[in-house]
Amino acid sequence: MLTHLQRLEAESIHIFREVAANFSKPVMLYSVGKDSSVLMHLAMKAFYPAKPPFPFLHVDTTWKFREMIAFRDEMAKKLGFDLLVHINEEGVRDGINPFDHGSNTHTHIMKTVGLRQALDKYGFDAALGGARRDEEKSRAKERIFSFRNASHAWDPKSQRPEMWNIYNTRISAGESIRVFPLSNWTELDIWQYILQEDIPIVPLYFARPRPVVERDGMLIMKDDERMKLRPGERVENRMVRFRTLGCYPLTGAIESDADTLEAIVGEMLTARTSERQGRLIDRDEAGSMEKKKREGYF
Amino acid sequence: MRSTAETLSEARTAAGTDSVRDYLLAQEKKSLLRFLTCGSVDDGKSTLIGRLLSDTRQIFEDQLAALERDSRKHGTTGEEVDFALLVDGLEAEREQGITIDVAYRFFATPKRKFIVADTPGHEQYTRNMATGASTADLAIVLVDARQGVLRQTRRHSIIASLLGIRHIVVAVNKIDLVGFDEAVFAKIAEDYRAFAADLGFKSIVPIPLSARYGDNVTARSPRMNWYAGPTLIGHLETVAVEDEALALPFRFPVQYVNRPNLDFRGFAGTIASGSVAEGDEIVVAKSGTSARVKRIVTRDGDLKEAMAGQAVTLVLDEEIEVSRGNMLVAAAARPQVADQFAANIVWFDEQALLPGRSYILRTATDQASATVSELKHRLNVNDFAHEAAKSLAMNEVGVVSIATRAPVVFDPFAQNRATGAFILVDRITNATVGAGMILHPLRRAENIHWQSLDVGKRARADMKNQRPAVLWFTGLSGSGKSTIANLLEKKLHATGRHTYLLDGDNVRHGLNRDLGFTDADRVENIRRVAEVAKLMADAGLIVIVSFISPFKAERRMARELMVGGEFVEVFVDTPFEECARRDPKGLYARALKGEIKNFTGVDSPYEAPENPEVRLKTLGRTPEDMVDILDRWLAERDLAEDSYDDGGGI
Repeated sequence: MLTHLQRLEAESIHIFREVAANFSKPVMLYSVGKDSSVLMHLAMKAFYPAKPPFPFLHVDTTWKFREMIAFRDEMAKKLGFDLLVHINEEGVRDGINPFDHGSNTHTHIMKTVGLRQALDKYGFDAALGGARRDEEKSRAKERIFSFRNASHAWDPKSQRPEMWNIYNTRISAGESIRVFPLSNWTELDIWQYILQEDIPIVPLYFARPRPVVERDGMLIMKDDERMKLRPGERVENRMVRFRTLGCYPLTGAIESDADTLEAIVGEMLTARTSERQGRLIDRDEAGSMEKKKREGYF
Repeated sequence: MRSTAETLSEARTAAGTDSVRDYLLAQEKKSLLRFLTCGSVDDGKSTLIGRLLSDTRQIFEDQLAALERDSRKHGTTGEEVDFALLVDGLEAEREQGITIDVAYRFFATPKRKFIVADTPGHEQYTRNMATGASTADLAIVLVDARQGVLRQTRRHSIIASLLGIRHIVVAVNKIDLVGFDEAVFAKIAEDYRAFAADLGFKSIVPIPLSARYGDNVTARSPRMNWYAGPTLIGHLETVAVEDEALALPFRFPVQYVNRPNLDFRGFAGTIASGSVAEGDEIVVAKSGTSARVKRIVTRDGDLKEAMAGQAVTLVLDEEIEVSRGNMLVAAAARPQVADQFAANIVWFDEQALLPGRSYILRTATDQASATVSELKHRLNVNDFAHEAAKSLAMNEVGVVSIATRAPVVFDPFAQNRATGAFILVDRITNATVGAGMILHPLRRAENIHWQSLDVGKRARADMKNQRPAVLWFTGLSGSGKSTIANLLEKKLHATGRHTYLLDGDNVRHGLNRDLGFTDADRVENIRRVAEVAKLMADAGLIVIVSFISPFKAERRMARELMVGGEFVEVFVDTPFEECARRDPKGLYARALKGEIKNFTGVDSPYEAPENPEVRLKTLGRTPEDMVDILDRWLAERDLAEDSYDDGGGI
């Protein structure tokens, strides 16, 4: 009998190979977080001894943690994959940032629009991403092979039936499919697998003393000089780590002394809140993830 | 019931982080059960899952807080928390208080891990229920204690059975609303068993419960002392769901040929059933060629053997022809290879299944052009009656014969779920329109072989000194098809060309006199004419087909029958208003009065071609102008002789 992780791994590898066999121009979205690390590890397994037959794309909002960018470049060098980095230059020119424009506008322009620009620029017909169904309730509804129309929109009310592991990969010109090989993994599975396979992850997941500011009930790390303090705020060095990673001004840290993988897993198992709680962007309004996804967010 | 979190919390306090590894090791050994909840609308499926998640402590504090907020806004349970809102993740679902699409949820108890598919009850969304059922081992069929077994209860049970589910829990829900009455429960249990006797389930376990209040979900209800069976969770944790795939013969559908350099050629795929070891003899299903397994490659090192469910890359000891869609199989127990077979079908699309229409059939890794050659019967979900039918509407179930353009490899679905299933995809919209479970191959496919003939198509055409063609005129009634076709044939004939004109009305007097004007009959009408046109082109003729042929799918089917470049779609493009004004046969006047049913352009659609080879805009032009355009087009085509492909006869 296969173990639980062996089954999940095999399913993900199968999905990767379906993508490579059926699409003419696939790409893997690489967001540098733990799920991306697992996804990349699985991609390397799926095509061994060959390299994955598609490039990796990072949509850089220019507000990621500096450690994420350093980790990204190091991984690309170490594994030798083809890394594409796309930045929405119009957004940069307009000075879009999370402090002045709010999380909604920033995320929409720098991430969602940036992603759409990149997909159109290269003409990708399939985009692999690391989203999991246990993350959020609209994601729990999504297919593994999820159809997008020519303007990258998701129509949750008319998804294609997805029977067994026979995936319908057929599309017309301009349309595309988002593919989620980690659909059936839970947060615990991800950590267990990282532990079992010794997969490198960004050090921000481990507790360290870091300069943080308390803002809107969250602990925001002051990662660079662009973050201006509001009256009454002050930077403190606290022992913190991150459960998920995104743009630093929008990602809350948690106080923790978990500085090993075992400790992180232990802490996760006793957690009383979900991982997306640390994401400011999900709280802007009810159903906000579904809305973003319909517009083309991953 | 203790939650995983509590268990671990204790372990950690006791032994520090070493226990985390031990704990994880124990997690790894747990088995997984995939199940779905189904049944009629408002029987409480989503509420039950919410209750399961809540009682097994899978809900985090921030999610609970959000749930309480949502319950006040959208809830249907007054002051109490509405658990359905935990799973109804789409805005439209929360607003309407219904489930539209399947949601997947994950939870674990100390004994087992679970993936639940919460599926919609509305008949309209049956396809989403089937999606959830296709990967499940067990189905919880909810029945409202006040309503009993309903039509949708039966439909879902039949679909679950067809899709290979062998274990059923009949959750008699809302038992609190009938005063925890044992007689009500016993009656529903008995009704269900009687109905499901022939559905091939290995276990049917009825449980009385209240999802809303938690009775018999994770804890025994003190309010039903008459009930001695298991709680829902107790049953889910212990029901034996055997992994049958391992005991079956070796099947390896080839997904992807991995060839990074000249020294390595591996076949990547997931083992669908059985197992394989280094040195085993295997056979390529479609060609019958055999070879031995030289290596079982993974990134973590070569394996000595591998089993069902594993994704591996096989290297063979000989260079033999294998590509995606083929299957490596046990030499001693081979699958079927056939281009005709019988299958159960569940239809998903708003456009009905029509015999004769061409679809794309996809199996585990293969795909082929396919038509439903015969609709044997439709299954009545209430009484299992086999009803005669000409088409299958959305959410209907039936038995069909399928013919594919090329042979596919399969096992009967009853023997092997992984190699006996397929989906049908619409050629134009690319929608997944149906799911099929193969029953058996049809022997006639094997007994009729192509007779090879010495005089070929090329020879026949050369004698006539012409290149065959099928000029397919499509357009509304009264658009001018027949007039132009007739003039064109006269002109070609006068210049010594050998022609034949197949006219829609004329063919309906003979070959197709048994067909009417329903969508199903129109499809068959076109199929026959396309086959006749193909034979005539094979005889070397220039065939002119003048048919309304309103559907894209059938014109595409006709195109694909012909050799490349031989099919010339001629769109006689006359606006509806003009056709209705001309009305040469007085048909529009009658159709608009409702005297003729299914009239194209009036109450039956005309799908205009998007990229015809020739488009004839007739407004303000004479038929002679149109014939000149066609004549020039044919002359230019004949100049490009070098593209001629005779296709080797039929």
